[in-house]
Order: sequence, then structure tokens, then C-alpha cells
Amino acid sequence: MSTPVYLTGLGVAAPNGLGAGQFWDATLSGRSGITEITRFDTSRYPAGLAGQILDFAAENYLTGRLRIQTDRSTRLALVAADWALADAAVDTTAFNEYDMGVVTSNALGGFEFTHNELRNLWAEGPDAVSVYESFAWFYAVNTGQIAIRNGLRGRNNTLVAEQAGGLDAIGHARRTIRRGVKLMLAGGVDSAFDPWGWVAQLSTGQISLDRDPRRAYRPFDGTACGYLPGEGGAFLVLEEAGSAIARGVDRVYGEIAGYASTFDPPATSARPPALGRAIELALADAGLQPADISVVFADAAGIPALDRAEAAAISGVFGPRSVPVTAPKALTGRLYAGGGPLDVAAAALSIRDGVIPATAATSAVPDDYDIDLVVGHPRTGEAVTAALVLARGKCGFNSAVVLRAVALSTTHHGKGATTHDNL
Amino acid sequence: MAGEADFDPVFEGLSQREIRRMDRASQFAVVCAREAVTDSGLDFGTVPPERVGVSLGSAVAATTSIEREYLVLSDAGRQWLVDYEWASPHMFHYLSPGVMPAEVAWTVGAEGPVTLVSNGCTSGVDSVGHAVALISEGTADVMLSGASDTPVTPIVVASLDAIKATTPRNDDPEHACRPFDASRNGFVLAEGAAVMVLEEYERARARGAHIYAEIAAYAARCSAYHMTRLKADGRELAEAIRLALDEARLDPTAIDYVSAHGAGTKQNDRHETAALKLGLGEHAYRVQVSSIKSMIGHSLGAIGSIEIAASALAIDNSVIPPTANLHEADPECDLDYVPLVAREARIGSVLTVGSGFGGFQSALVLRRPGGS
Repeated sequence: MSTPVYLTGLGVAAPNGLGAGQFWDATLSGRSGITEITRFDTSRYPAGLAGQILDFAAENYLTGRLRIQTDRSTRLALVAADWALADAAVDTTAFNEYDMGVVTSNALGGFEFTHNELRNLWAEGPDAVSVYESFAWFYAVNTGQIAIRNGLRGRNNTLVAEQAGGLDAIGHARRTIRRGVKLMLAGGVDSAFDPWGWVAQLSTGQISLDRDPRRAYRPFDGTACGYLPGEGGAFLVLEEAGSAIARGVDRVYGEIAGYASTFDPPATSARPPALGRAIELALADAGLQPADISVVFADAAGIPALDRAEAAAISGVFGPRSVPVTAPKALTGRLYAGGGPLDVAAAALSIRDGVIPATAATSAVPDDYDIDLVVGHPRTGEAVTAALVLARGKCGFNSAVVLRAVALSTTHHGKGATTHDNL
Repeated sequence: MAGEADFDPVFEGLSQREIRRMDRASQFAVVCAREAVTDSGLDFGTVPPERVGVSLGSAVAATTSIEREYLVLSDAGRQWLVDYEWASPHMFHYLSPGVMPAEVAWTVGAEGPVTLVSNGCTSGVDSVGHAVALISEGTADVMLSGASDTPVTPIVVASLDAIKATTPRNDDPEHACRPFDASRNGFVLAEGAAVMVLEEYERARARGAHIYAEIAAYAARCSAYHMTRLKADGRELAEAIRLALDEARLDPTAIDYVSAHGAGTKQNDRHETAALKLGLGEHAYRVQVSSIKSMIGHSLGAIGSIEIAASALAIDNSVIPPTANLHEADPECDLDYVPLVAREARIGSVLTVGSGFGGFQSALVLRRPGGS
């Protein structure tokens, strides 16, 4: 059961950077992907800011045949998955076809595509509906398309739990590896910036109506007034440790050492919310104490009551101001299923570089939150050896992943001679 | 023409607020969950909420409400810039169906792992497989698991018609779905749900529960071939079947009944027949195989759980449901599909399989409780 699962590849499509390198540069330098929505006229809607990916040219990566049958979210997912496999230097032909799989999370489906097809149906009639609608919309589309593109025939899955689902995909990929699959692609991507998708997001009442892109989404700030959504996400290559070493990987970003998911009691219950328990379970699963954690990547709802609850859960487990907490998602918006995987990618890069990115837009955290939020500039000077990543999904989903540093000591005797130790 | 359920949410005990809040698929799931909880005899007050989870399947989730709200917001397709003033406060939860397992969790106050499993037409097999994994690994003691889909809505009908997946036999609903028959020409879209209470065996036995069946194994593979087409050889489904038998430590000959996917499309029934031959070997020609889709249609993500429930009832009642409308088998479908009439038989083990858009191939084995 306890086979270590290594993170060996990152594929990132974020509003402030395409590719892990661009995303990380932007995140450390505080460059935001939040802009006015450019794809339609937002003047009739109460909000119009979001984290958009403005420089994604799908035609550079995907054939016309694939583009015509896919929603924007699927195009981003396919490319992010390609980048993750390339980053891990995976030669899929060197694997047994059943030794590779994919698990995605998807909170919104191919929504813009479906908006078009609903318009075709109701404005022009059933004959105008695309032959691709039957599979471009449903929540399994990214799993299926990524599997076909890369020949992944092992155990595949699609999990939905709003923003928490992306971490569930990572936890489930680890479970799948422990059951015998050697390599899993895990992650999520969402995008729904068509007018109808926008209205659906506005209907939550949780979108920030602030029109200043630099400040509109300021999680943990005393004046926080909602979140901004973004598009994109990340895919991770996860591998059974022995298999990764045997194929001679020269870089491991970390080990998925802990995972847990919990669900809040009903709103009418007197029982406490369950985020704190998810943290405790994930730490226990990793065999770590709170003091072993170098940084917490927070869910960072940007809504005072939810920020306060998350701060209480963190300080409850770690003690007041006892661990650095950060939310780089202030630069991208909340990416729904893509949010958790993107935060795990950021955690991996934090471990690699020994630097904790800042929560860009936040200036004044209420004292009684009792958290040490990294604001202003990235924090350096101490090794980052283990990161806790949190995500909450609307309705009461809580998920937590612990990523732990791994030291590879290469002895240069060729493939299979690499030894490894957990820090 | 479609398989619609005779479902009145008021009669089923949902409050006006629940009816307003929940999409039809959530309503089905919650009503089934309450029935399952009652039927289980389990007092959920005696189980720590942290140890109770939910794994619910659905392929297209709140499609009914999404289309209804679209028509209002867009003024029946006239406005691309849809009118925010008409937005339902529940719109986001129609779009993002995490709310479906959440509604089920709230029926019993579950605080353990809760998720929606959405793998198209295998969702209802995979959701139960996921629940079993969570119990086996020790993450939960009790899982509410199953699936719900209510896809009988214009956009789904049009999108399936566009690829000719559904039968055009609209003038003869009862005889429209003809799995394995030479005259089959597509599936019948339907709605439905099934929810089960799953518990670790010793725990269920100790409290004296009526145990319908043991879920002995689950396995999945993917064909990674085409989003809607199937390779004729059925090798990935066969691989899932072999894996599930391995996990259950059963020889193919131990399978007494196969609850088939049997959608009634040309390609599925051939693919599945080939997979059963590959996966079960010679025993494929002796085992009794049937498709209840012939009677209740194909409720996409829900049907896998409905077929698991039917398999449990087959074990519990020692009877195999028939394949209706099978009068003249396709020469390429040459197994015993239990045509037309149910058969009484003591059933030790059942294999149930699913196959779906996205290449998902799933197999689950149920066994008579107590291993006898």
C-alpha cells in the first residue's frame, strides 16, 4: 500500500503563464493574469474581471480535426497534459499500454461548446446540432480525449467536487498507482467564459464586483469581497517511485505523501466544518507532524466568512502564525477543477527553488485570523521540504494534499542505479 | 420516445424547497438514497459521520435544468448575451454537479469522502467501484453509492440523434430496444437512478443486516481508441473482465450470470460479445447473459448502478431477468442471452459490465453473501 508516488512532470496552462516556467516567473514577480473579459461585452453584467489565458493559440498544438470537436477547456487540458508528459520526459511507447492512466477533475464541462449547440438547437433546429456535442460537453471529455491522444489504457477516472475535485484527482491517481498502474496523468482544467457560463458563475453571489483588477480578489484581506474565476489548470505526471527510478528520471519534484478528503456537515448542523480534519488526516497519511510542513497553499475563497473558517482550521492544526500561508491564485483567479493541481504545481516549484510566492493582492489580514500570510514579496531563505495544499468546493468539499521533497542521489552508473531518500 | 420514470417529487416526499433547489437527477438520487437508507435498516446515528461517504455517478448530471434555464436566460435561443436578471440562484450547481453527491450526503449527514464520478455511460459501475475501494482501503466504513441521470431533454436527444446512437423506432417504444437481435438499430434514451448502502462485510453481518450481495471485485480499462466508436475486438473490456475475476479470485466458470451492457446498438453488442468470449473463454458460451436495457432503456451514467442493483436482486431472488425483444439473434451475437423469459436459477456470482463514450470499459463482480 505504501509505495511512494513521485511527481515527475508538470504541465501548466494558467492565466498568468503558459507552461510551468512562465507561470512560475509570473507568480514570483507578481504578474497577474486578471483582466477585463475580452470575449464578450460584459457591460450588462455586474462583474467583468477574470483570469483569462490570452495567448493560447490552439492551432499551434492541435489539429483542426481535434479543435472542431473540443471545447476550449479540453484544448487547454490536452496541451497541458502534453506538456506534463514532455516535462517528465515520458516515452509512452516504452510503457505497457495498461501501465498508464489518466484521472481528471472537471467542474464545468465543455460549457462554451454546449452554449453554442443549445443556440444551434433552439435557433435553427435539431439538424444544426454538432455531431460532437454528445461528447464535447460531458464531464468525462478530458479524460477520454487525453487517453486517446496518449494511448492511456489503464484505469481512468473523472471526479467532480467543484474546486476540491482537482486534489481528489491527484489523490485518486496515487491510489491507482498503488493498485498497480505505473504512471498516471492527474489534474484538471476548466473554462467557462461565454456569457452563459459567466452568468452561471455570477449566480453564486460569490464573484467579486470590485472593478480594480489589481485588488478585486484579495483573499484573507479584511476587506475581501468575493473571488474572481479564472480558466486553465495543470496536469501532473505521477509515477510509482521504483518505476520512475528504473526509467532513469533525473528530476523528481516531490512525493505525493499525503491526501485526504472530508465533507462539511449540513448547514443546519451544530457540528464543526471538516477542513481541519482533512488537514489532520492528510498529515497523518504522510506520517508528518505540523512542524514538518514548510508552507500551506490555501484554498483562499476571498469571502470573509470562508477565509476566517480556513484561517481557523490552519491555526487550529498548526498553532497561531506557525506556518507560512500563501495563495498565488490571487494572480490567476480560482480555476475550479484546475485550481488544486495548479497549486500543487506551485508547491513543487516552491520546493525546487526554496521560495514561497506571495499572495499578491492582499494588504491587511485581520489580526484575529492568526495566520502568517506571505504578502508583498516572495519569501526566501529557508528550504521548503514539505507543502500542504488545500482546496474547498462549494457545497462543503474539503481536500488536502501533502507534497514532500525527495532527494535523488544519482550515482551515474546508468539506468536503474539511482538511489533515493526522502528528506 | 424514451424511457421516462413515473416520478412525482411531491409524492416521493421532497419538500417544495428541495424541489426548487434540486435538478431532477438530484431529486432521483435523493429519493433513492432515502429508500436505500430505510431498506438497509442501518441507524446512521450509530455510525460516526466521518466514516460515512458518498460516491455517486452521473454522465450528464443536471442537463434538464441547464437546458430549461438556458431557454429562459436566452429567450429561447434569441440572445447570445444571456439575461442575468433571469438567472436562477441554483444555476451554478446545475453547471457544476458536485451538488448531486452533496445532496445525498446531506440526507444522512455524511462527513467522509464525497464525490461525483462522471465517466459517461460507465459512471454507475465506476462510482460503486470507487465506493468499494474507499471501504477496502479503510477510508470509510459505510458508503452511499449509486448513480442518477435524467437526460431526456432536447439537447441530449438531438446530440445522440446526430450520431445515430439512438434507435429511430419511435412508433413502437416497447419493442424499440432489441439488444443482440439482428434487427437492433440503436439504444433507447432513458432516465433513472439507483442508490445502495455499502458496508464492510463483518460490520453488516454483526448488525444482522439483510445482505443482498457482496461486491467482490471491480476493474476498469480504457480503449483509448475513439470518443464514441468501439474497436470490434473488445480486448480492453475483456482485460477489465479478466482483472476483475483475478481480484475476486474466481475462475470464469464461477460466473453464473452476466448482466450485459447490451445497449442495443450494432457496435456495442458485437463488441461486448467479443469481449465476453475473450474474457471468459469457453465459459462465455455456457453462461447466461442478459440486458435489462431491453426493458428500461439506457439511462447513461445511471444504468450501471441500476444493473448492479438488478444483479444483487437476481442473487437475492435466484432469478435471472430476461433480454426482452430478442427474437432473432445476430449471427455475430451467439451467446445465451436469456431471450424473452426470466429464468429461475441459483446464482453464486454475477459479472456486470459497462462500456461508454470516452473509451471507458468497466467490470464488477457480485457474489452471494458469505462466499457460498
